Amino acid sequence: MAELAAVPTVGGVAEDRIAVATQWQLIWWRFRKHKLAVGGTIVLVLFYIVALFADFFAYVDPTESEAQRSLMAPQPIHWMDEGSFRPHVYALKGTRDPLTFKRVYVPDTTRKIPVTFFGHGEPWLLLGFIPTDRHLIALEGAKPSEALFLLGTDTHGRDLWSRLMYATRTSMTIGLVSVALSLVLGVVLGGISGYFGGPIDTAIQRVIEILRSIPTIPLWMGLAAALPADWSVVQVYFAITIIISLIGWTELARVVRGRFISLKQEDFVMAAELLGCSKSRIIFRHMVPSFISHIIAATTLAIPAIIISETSLSFLGLGLRPPAISWGVLLQDAQNIQALVISPWLLFPSIAVIVAVLAFNFMGDGIRDAADPYL
Amino acid sequence: MLAYIVRRLLLAVMTVWAISVLSFMIIHLPPGDYVTSYIASMSASGSAVSEGEAQALRQQLGLDQPITIQYLKWMGLMLQGNFGMAMEWGRPVSDVIGDRLTLTMVISVAAIIFTWGIALPIGIYSAVYPYSFLDYVFTFIGFIGLAIPGFLLALVVMYVGFAWFGANVGGLFSPDFAEAPWSLEKIWDLTKHLPIPAIVLGVAGTAQLIRIMRSNLLDELRKPYVMTARARGLSEYRVVMRYPVRVALNPFVSTIGYLLPYVVSGSIIVSLVLSLPTVGPLLLKALIAQDMFLAGTIILLLGVMTVIGTFISDLLLMWVDPRIRFGRE
Repeated sequence: MAELAAVPTVGGVAEDRIAVATQWQLIWWRFRKHKLAVGGTIVLVLFYIVALFADFFAYVDPTESEAQRSLMAPQPIHWMDEGSFRPHVYALKGTRDPLTFKRVYVPDTTRKIPVTFFGHGEPWLLLGFIPTDRHLIALEGAKPSEALFLLGTDTHGRDLWSRLMYATRTSMTIGLVSVALSLVLGVVLGGISGYFGGPIDTAIQRVIEILRSIPTIPLWMGLAAALPADWSVVQVYFAITIIISLIGWTELARVVRGRFISLKQEDFVMAAELLGCSKSRIIFRHMVPSFISHIIAATTLAIPAIIISETSLSFLGLGLRPPAISWGVLLQDAQNIQALVISPWLLFPSIAVIVAVLAFNFMGDGIRDAADPYL
Repeated sequence: MLAYIVRRLLLAVMTVWAISVLSFMIIHLPPGDYVTSYIASMSASGSAVSEGEAQALRQQLGLDQPITIQYLKWMGLMLQGNFGMAMEWGRPVSDVIGDRLTLTMVISVAAIIFTWGIALPIGIYSAVYPYSFLDYVFTFIGFIGLAIPGFLLALVVMYVGFAWFGANVGGLFSPDFAEAPWSLEKIWDLTKHLPIPAIVLGVAGTAQLIRIMRSNLLDELRKPYVMTARARGLSEYRVVMRYPVRVALNPFVSTIGYLLPYVVSGSIIVSLVLSLPTVGPLLLKALIAQDMFLAGTIILLLGVMTVIGTFISDLLLMWVDPRIRFGRE
């Protein structure tokens, strides 16, 4: 009985909570209900953990090449050994196929290489300054000839798993950096366009229209081909982010402008104007808080497009170039269809691209729905 | 209505001009010019180019003049329909890109037809039966379609074709027809090869249009006039197709303008993977060789075609939507 009686009070409490909740709490409650969006967010958090601690998740130097071991197939981890839990992989033995003379690798079941989790491996710097040598997976006490290739190796015999970890760092951060640049351009230009209107608005809108009517990939190709070949990895990285955000800002500017125009007519803005607030106070104190959630949603939805752009450009050989490692650079190896048929694991990085893009789309959709239930 | 057309036309002309300046600037961004990269490629193959020869080549190509003069000369030639010489090929640009440009357009248009043909019925179905099983299936496929970049899809298609069917699914012609002059058989051969590139290119756009169509039609179906129509006993087909679908179609028409640059862009990178004889691979090579006439012409022509596409979509929108036709935007 006591529980039954409590039900209406619970409802009442919930309503009270809604009545006093801040805008952000409301958004968070609605977002929580969107299962796909929450799932996408969790996946993204995992991706960024990998990006932050790529050295921990990788187990060998991603640039270490060994021509002898090119295009080796993924090695599965065997968990049990003679009835007890002792994870290991079988060593690989290279032989020649008697018919095709192709080099093939077969697992040598007599030689087991023990695999340790959270074991010691190559030293690295946690967050760039704390020295450590712990890795998620390590081959403790393995001979130099013994190696682990969870996802196989590429044409130069480099370990694909370790490369994928470092590529995740590059590709996921390039999305963030580019979107930050696009955001600054988009908010400033879109804001000016929407708030002042008139000839400035027309001019900015024309620029956006012209930029949008140029096919993007030729434009990017042209700009990327202009990067000097002797630039360092870091220079190319930032140049590519700038090139990508050059187009990316237009969409954000459009959203911001639309919001400014519709908010300008709201009573509270007019009230602030009549009270003699300065322009910057009206914009930053009164208008921005009421559309910031939309901007966050638009920004989240812009990141996957940027990730795809970077991947496509690098795939063409116009974006990041080796020795930089990104998803697009890894996929360059898959360009040769014959190599791909023999070693389909070269397509693994594409799964990372697809999952990341999907997760961003789900999260962005969730934020947009949560931010504006009337849309 | 006339004012609307004139304004759009002026805007189109301005855009073309802006694109011409932009494409010219892009080509001049890389340090050095065609002659430097020519010298580099010659010395890579073992033969040297003397300073005098380089100077003569520059003079012959007009590369020794100031940038503005080069631009004006280039524009002057363009306006006469002369696109200059493709330096690397030693042939007029129009010769080199003629067929390829047509094929780029053929593929793009095929992709758009595919996009519409699929997105329209699915979008209508999803809106009429929202939250049904098939609606969820389509939404899911749509999300996947959005998440896979075109070149990846092309790679997967190539891989499946090779690994499972042992066939090369790339290219636009069978080997017999690749170099043959145009004939009915060749066109038929092209038609048979068209579906795969069209689908690969169209998938992302289709996913997007399904979502747009679904949400627009859902909004329309909730409006009172639909209920009125139903209450008056119109058949369900008429209730849905006669008015709401017509209104929801607007974004389809207005997005051709943006769909075209999107598809043309995509076709460049997909062409590289599927080895299609479009302008894509040519542009990549021209950019790397700094062949400014060829690269510039391709970027400019792609831009111009996009502008024309946008203009046509504006006209179509006017034809479909009376609110624009009668001057109320």
